[in-house]
Amino acid sequence: MNPKEARIVIIGGGISGASIAYHLAEAGCTDVTLIEKGYLASGATGRCGAGVRQQWGTRLNCQMAKESVAFFERAEEILGYDGDVEFKQAGYLIVGTNEEEDARFAENVALQQALDIPAEHLTPKQAKRLIPHLNTEGVTSATFCPTDGHLNPFLMTDAFYHAASERGVRFKTYTKVTDVRVKDGRVAGVETTAGDYPADVIINAAGGHAQLVGQMAGVEIPVQSQNREILVTEPIEKIQDPMVISFSRNIYCQQTPHGSFVMGRGDNRPSGYTTESSWQFLEAMAQTAVTLLPPLKDLRVVRQWGGLYNLSPDRQPIIGGTEVEGFYIACGYSGHGFMLAPVTGRLMKEIVLGEKPSLPLEELSLERFDGEDTEAYEQSVV
Amino acid sequence: MDKRDVIVCRCSDLTLADLEALFNTGYKTFEELKRIARIGMGPCQGTTCGPIVRSAIHRRFKEPIERIPLHRARPFNIGIKLGAIKEAADDES
Repeated sequence: MNPKEARIVIIGGGISGASIAYHLAEAGCTDVTLIEKGYLASGATGRCGAGVRQQWGTRLNCQMAKESVAFFERAEEILGYDGDVEFKQAGYLIVGTNEEEDARFAENVALQQALDIPAEHLTPKQAKRLIPHLNTEGVTSATFCPTDGHLNPFLMTDAFYHAASERGVRFKTYTKVTDVRVKDGRVAGVETTAGDYPADVIINAAGGHAQLVGQMAGVEIPVQSQNREILVTEPIEKIQDPMVISFSRNIYCQQTPHGSFVMGRGDNRPSGYTTESSWQFLEAMAQTAVTLLPPLKDLRVVRQWGGLYNLSPDRQPIIGGTEVEGFYIACGYSGHGFMLAPVTGRLMKEIVLGEKPSLPLEELSLERFDGEDTEAYEQSVV
Repeated sequence: MDKRDVIVCRCSDLTLADLEALFNTGYKTFEELKRIARIGMGPCQGTTCGPIVRSAIHRRFKEPIERIPLHRARPFNIGIKLGAIKEAADDES
């Protein structure tokens, strides 16, 4: 059978599912249906910190992020989108507070520069020049990449949605997948709250719920989901260009183009599916943010929310096939699926159509967890 | 009256024509509209635009109005300064 004529069902209407839908339709697939239990970007995509960075600690994450940035820079043109996806490249400043981190920063920057990512290792004084209100007390060094930045998750998903719809993809929102039918070791279709969809190819892009969708097909995916919280302040005049993050202080914080500050932390939580807001987060977030960026003390918090990180054992995504023929997964992004979405869509298109992969897929495969501990572990995660 | 002159959301400057254009692209709930167009996210927090959007959804999609949900309100009805939260947290520890 010509793979372009396969009946393809994508489960999940976040940025990953929308990008996969677009890339498949753009490549000529004629029968693509995306099924989403809520509305588009109602899961982790719409709850993320809206940051895009290329400063990673593994070669593969750096490559995927760099290629995604190249896509975002031309997203409106590539997708023929009338609106503005609000990609603002004001950089990411990553702040370190101990020698171990400084050493890792030096290694990361060397790796990033070798891949032509314009990151630099800075002294605290140089960092303060970029953000004058940064409290450098206890800061030992920093890294900065000027082409990292902010992207609007809702509008970027909307852009993929429009481009995919124009190419014939059907979007079924408010439709929940209740089971995945497997027959003789290969997929047969999905059952949903709005009827059955026969399928030759099923792609699990269910984000925080990817493990549950995997179980429906009898595929055990070694990921877990954890609630990660964020808050947003009132909008004010522009005072901060780059996103500021720190792994040791446990914070990411940026001023959005709208003027509000969005900030979050990565506190380890029990695995599960709650996205509740807690006072523990609020207190820790306020302490961390006001200490590192003192003028923020006068900003009013207007809202907080939670979203699911889908964590893989090595904090790199899982993209590829499974032991069930026709069942593919794109999950385990560990908090950075939003910013890698263009590459997710392209790789999944290559896999489904049997094309030559443009990146080393074995490092992203589900099988990599079969053996010993994996070598490339991404440490640069908040 | 021209729909381009009917203001639906004063905070984010959205007209009835803008709203109907969003309906045409497939968005049909307050939660979706809020995320695409910032309706309900300004100083009024949906108290002005909420009923207007609801009646527009009702007229367009023929849903009974009592079944059309308004947007989900998040913690904090009044903004609290980060510095005040930090101070309170510091006092406790």
